[in-house]
Amino acid sequence: MHHLLPLLVAIPLLGAALLVAVGRHLPRIAAEITGFVVSGGTAALALVLLLNSSPPMVEWVGGWLPVGGESVGIVVVGDGPSLGMAALVSLLTLAALAYSWRYFDEPPRGHPGAFTALMLLFQGAMCGFAIAGDLFNAFVFFELMSVTAYALTGYRIDDPKAVQGALTFGVVNSLGAYAMLMGIGLLYARTGELAMAKIGRGLDAAAGHGGADALVLASFVLVLTGLLVKAAAVPFHFWLPDAHAVAPTPVCMLLSGVMVELGVYGVWRVYGTVFAGPGGIPAADLTRALVTLGALTAATGAVMCWYQRHIKRLLAYSTVAHTGLFLVGIGVLTPQGDDGVALYILGHAGVKAALFACAGVLLDRYGCLDEHTLHGRAREMRATAVMFAVGGLGLAGLPPFGTGLGKAVTEEAVGGPLTVVYVAASAITAGAVLRVTARVFRGLGPRPEEADADLETSGSEEEPETTGPLRRIPDTMRMVPAVLLTAALAVGAVPGFGDLVARSVNEAGSGGAQASAQWTVHGALLGLASTALAVALAGLAVTRPHWTAAPDWSRPLRRLQSGHVGDYVAWLLMGATVLGVLALPAVLGG
Amino acid sequence: MTTVMHVLPYLVAAYVFLTGCYGLATSRNLIHAVGCLAVCQSSTYVLLLAVGYRDGATAPVFSDIKPGSRPVVDPVVQALTLTDIVVGATVTALLLALVLQIAKRHGTVDPDELRELRG
Repeated sequence: MHHLLPLLVAIPLLGAALLVAVGRHLPRIAAEITGFVVSGGTAALALVLLLNSSPPMVEWVGGWLPVGGESVGIVVVGDGPSLGMAALVSLLTLAALAYSWRYFDEPPRGHPGAFTALMLLFQGAMCGFAIAGDLFNAFVFFELMSVTAYALTGYRIDDPKAVQGALTFGVVNSLGAYAMLMGIGLLYARTGELAMAKIGRGLDAAAGHGGADALVLASFVLVLTGLLVKAAAVPFHFWLPDAHAVAPTPVCMLLSGVMVELGVYGVWRVYGTVFAGPGGIPAADLTRALVTLGALTAATGAVMCWYQRHIKRLLAYSTVAHTGLFLVGIGVLTPQGDDGVALYILGHAGVKAALFACAGVLLDRYGCLDEHTLHGRAREMRATAVMFAVGGLGLAGLPPFGTGLGKAVTEEAVGGPLTVVYVAASAITAGAVLRVTARVFRGLGPRPEEADADLETSGSEEEPETTGPLRRIPDTMRMVPAVLLTAALAVGAVPGFGDLVARSVNEAGSGGAQASAQWTVHGALLGLASTALAVALAGLAVTRPHWTAAPDWSRPLRRLQSGHVGDYVAWLLMGATVLGVLALPAVLGG
Repeated sequence: MTTVMHVLPYLVAAYVFLTGCYGLATSRNLIHAVGCLAVCQSSTYVLLLAVGYRDGATAPVFSDIKPGSRPVVDPVVQALTLTDIVVGATVTALLLALVLQIAKRHGTVDPDELRELRG
């Protein structure tokens, strides 16, 4: 079975190559059906492998097996988390392709297969990053998925905002990737290995009885900088709202639903395999770094989310807030925290992709994504309104959504005051979504007043993604969010699914320690509490707009999102420094 | 003296990376910014090749020397560097294409004037 692992990358890449080669001569429908078959086939393969992933599989690609403990081959790892991420990537790509079935009315002139080919390339790169067992290939797939993502973000090259957002995305992410490569180079210098597990053992052997030294700390900071840029942790997060607000909707579903989460997965994988040993970074220092950055990310994301009027930017900031929650969850380094985050990521992917899909319907109908301009205009879209509201409730963690179960399990793992962060961040982001539902779809409350035009992106002058509004909303555009929401519900509601995920995550990650992931009364009550808080916040925002208008203290925070790529690079350097300072006791203590 | 010579390539790599970052942060022209990103990437070449260096060793090409007859530098980092160069070429090409499109749509390549996305 393990010989099939490389196919998870090879099939989408070959499919993309095929479409690029012959796409010029294909009718659009043939190109899209090819996309479905390839993407769906990969998804089926990922699911079959996932069901057989106990015990975890290891494959040396092309038969380059290690000789006498030394290896120069490429190793891929198929355990629960890696195949789970690959399956999530593939299923979400399938959903995005189905959504874009009728969404893009005009493929690029003379090449109907281009978009589908890029999507398949993106899928293959993300699958490759998920199953990569050595650090250099993780870097290569990281760059491949980044480059494809830049191209997809700037896919509508005639839209001035799209190309600008794609360039910012490209510069910041590539810089992060180069930092990661320098870290990998330093690790190779110390251990002479590239496979993650062997680097980990090499670090332990090199350290002897002492702990980490400056070189290990430097490589830790550099590798994590790259991964945290992808995960959009504060202060590496500035590229994300710019990219998500301008990318085509099906691409947003993938960027927010799974690509950002792959950064979190990368942090988990790299720390657990490379730096967790006695020669690496002690647990207390990792916890300090990740919990600090994660809580800061959650707070910043939630506050910024609340003050957005551009609907896609609002959803993008809610992704930032949730990534912060994921980082806190894996930062506490308990088996239960890992399980909770895994479930949270699954539920969040469904809910967030569905919300973006609904935003895409709005953009198609009204050519606009501005909460203020759209006030009350979408009254006739009942089905979309219901799905948007349900998505908002799912974001808050209403039981029995998968987000709710994941949040409940994670809250139990982190315990204490950090629970407040979880309840508040999910309630504020969900409250913002519910506020949009009430204003845009129901026309409730007075039309909000115009505020600081120099501080915000309004979203009222968006380039349409379809040539004129489609005659009626295609069924695929309505079905996809409904299916995604049902899937997010099923993650939490199907009995035993939580324990299944927990078993498979713990088998790979925590050395056999088992935790269970089930609903508890305490967790369900906290989920209900954040839902109630979200509804209350949305109600307050709609009925008393001036109470919830942006206060003066939020202005500096919003001004930081300046849209200037140079500022974002400076923040990236500062973030790397902060990360180093937070993990510094690892060296001083040893 | 030898310690200095051994540490020097790493210092050069760090210096080149930070120079590129400084250029990116203060850039007034997006083409210049993409160039600065390429400078940042060059620092990774320096670092990787420095990692593989051995005193008195030759290139790891065995067409004219017998394996084991004399030391060679580490071929793995050279393969990594080659891959890295390919990655860098792709990134630079794509980003320059985006800059071209920005110049067409916005009529400027000065990041100070591209402030539509904010807040």
